[in-house]
Amino acid sequence: MKNRKVLNFCGNGFLSLLAGITILAISIFLVRIFSLGSKVLSREFLFTAPRNCMQEGGIFPALAGTFWLTVISISIVIPLGILTAIFLTNYGKPKWLLNVVQIAIDTLAGTPSIIFGLFGMAVFVNLLAMNVSLISGALTLAILALPLFINSCIEAIKSVPFDFYEASLALGATKRQTITKIVLPTALPNILTGIIVCIGRVAGETAPIMFTAATFYTRHLPEGLKDEVMALPYHIYALMTEGTHPETQVPIAYGTAVVLLLLVLGVSAAAVVIRSSIRRKRKW
Amino acid sequence: MHKYKEKAFTAITYTASLFTIMVLFALIYGLFREGLPLFNKVSLTEFIFGIGWYPTNAEPEFGAWTFIIGSFCVTIGALIIGIPLGLGSAIFISEIAGNRLKEIVKPVIELLAGIPSVVYGLFGMSTIAPLIRNWLNLDTGLNIFTASVILGLMIVPIIASMSEDALTNVPKSIREAALALGSTKMECIFRVIIPAAQRGIIGSILLGLGRAIGETMVVLMVAGGSAQIPKSIFDSVRPLTSTIAAEMGETVIGGLHYQSLYALAILLFVLTFAINLITEFFIAKRDKK
Repeated sequence: MKNRKVLNFCGNGFLSLLAGITILAISIFLVRIFSLGSKVLSREFLFTAPRNCMQEGGIFPALAGTFWLTVISISIVIPLGILTAIFLTNYGKPKWLLNVVQIAIDTLAGTPSIIFGLFGMAVFVNLLAMNVSLISGALTLAILALPLFINSCIEAIKSVPFDFYEASLALGATKRQTITKIVLPTALPNILTGIIVCIGRVAGETAPIMFTAATFYTRHLPEGLKDEVMALPYHIYALMTEGTHPETQVPIAYGTAVVLLLLVLGVSAAAVVIRSSIRRKRKW
Repeated sequence: MHKYKEKAFTAITYTASLFTIMVLFALIYGLFREGLPLFNKVSLTEFIFGIGWYPTNAEPEFGAWTFIIGSFCVTIGALIIGIPLGLGSAIFISEIAGNRLKEIVKPVIELLAGIPSVVYGLFGMSTIAPLIRNWLNLDTGLNIFTASVILGLMIVPIIASMSEDALTNVPKSIREAALALGSTKMECIFRVIIPAAQRGIIGSILLGLGRAIGETMVVLMVAGGSAQIPKSIFDSVRPLTSTIAAEMGETVIGGLHYQSLYALAILLFVLTFAINLITEFFIAKRDKK
């Protein structure tokens, strides 16, 4: 009898220890990034271009590059994703097509991001002769985000109660009217969460843009779709692996990491807040 | 009029889906178009089991075995660190922690799953690697061990979040029955709840595995990058992903070297595809229950 109690106590302690180690490790990681990074943060750091072989100055071109990459790729993904999700959830005929789309989505959702980078390089950069540019990178990122966004749209549309369809159809609305006027507005908050999650993911990806869009150094902001851009995640990588002055580059890398983390975590935190407020307000 | 609008809308969603599949299949086509020509020059067994990787020599050799071993080592290492921490945290959150703590920790874990991998790479390269080098007096801190620690840390939130869902979905009645029969809390957790949530837990581990094997930035920055068969966990290695990322910049488009990197990507794609299939199998079975 006593043995079981001891065992219970040990088990409890062991699990708490594992959880404790996790929390400790993650805290060390975050504290280290934020404490080193916040030292270089300033208005100037955010809003000026790099100077003197990346040793001084700020990250504004990278910030602008990440902004445009994200905006362009997300605006490609949103209509395609929502329409595909509507097809999968409401039309879905013929059945084999539905299955093929579903398999394709699941496969691509689990494909490593470097493979999307290679694809973008083969097709957009070389085959379609878009070169290393903002548009090549944005298209590559769009393909990466598409399966994720379709999946979250499907979840969002499925969360609309079936009664809503029946009520709308019973009142004489057509299928299209039901979808555009009843289902989509009801699913909108969840779709919004999906968009936000995608933004976080797209803004933080490095491997897909390495060969399709990113450049280590440019003083000026992107002026058109054909320009090479700097991007925050690639900037961190480049600062750590290229250049010749690690002692001045590493602090800038940490500063850039803080900006990127604040962006991504801020955006994801917004998604968490939206989701929990929907759950609270929901009346069905 | 209504009828036309109806038809048009259906057609639009149909086209969008077709376009989506087209894009998705173009990806596979693109990879194979660039990568397959290599196999005119090199046999498949030579490519997979060959040791030497000298793509730019006068008589080039394309043996990917060292990279496969490299990927294998860091992935196993990441799982050794990620599984106990991730599962332990998941069990702690769902079974031991109170409701209030759970409501805070669960969203925080989901947030952590979204941290860009390049930030983990930065942390590993400039904080953990020097630390390990000094502690153990190594030539370099960039090795299997460091890469495993960082990759492991990265997949903890993924494993924890998904396993926690699986554990929470175990019906309350099963829990109560076990406790009412006089089992202690730990007996209930390890003999009743975990077996009941088995499929979801295995699914979460496979998801973590897929993530670790396909991760590029962390291994590129932290695994060291020397193409060799490692003799200890403090040797540096070069996984598939970091080979592709590191060498792509130096290739001539359409050349043998370029094709060989796409061939590595095909290998990686097939690997992750297999892992996905197995994961699907576990998750789909769980949903049917």
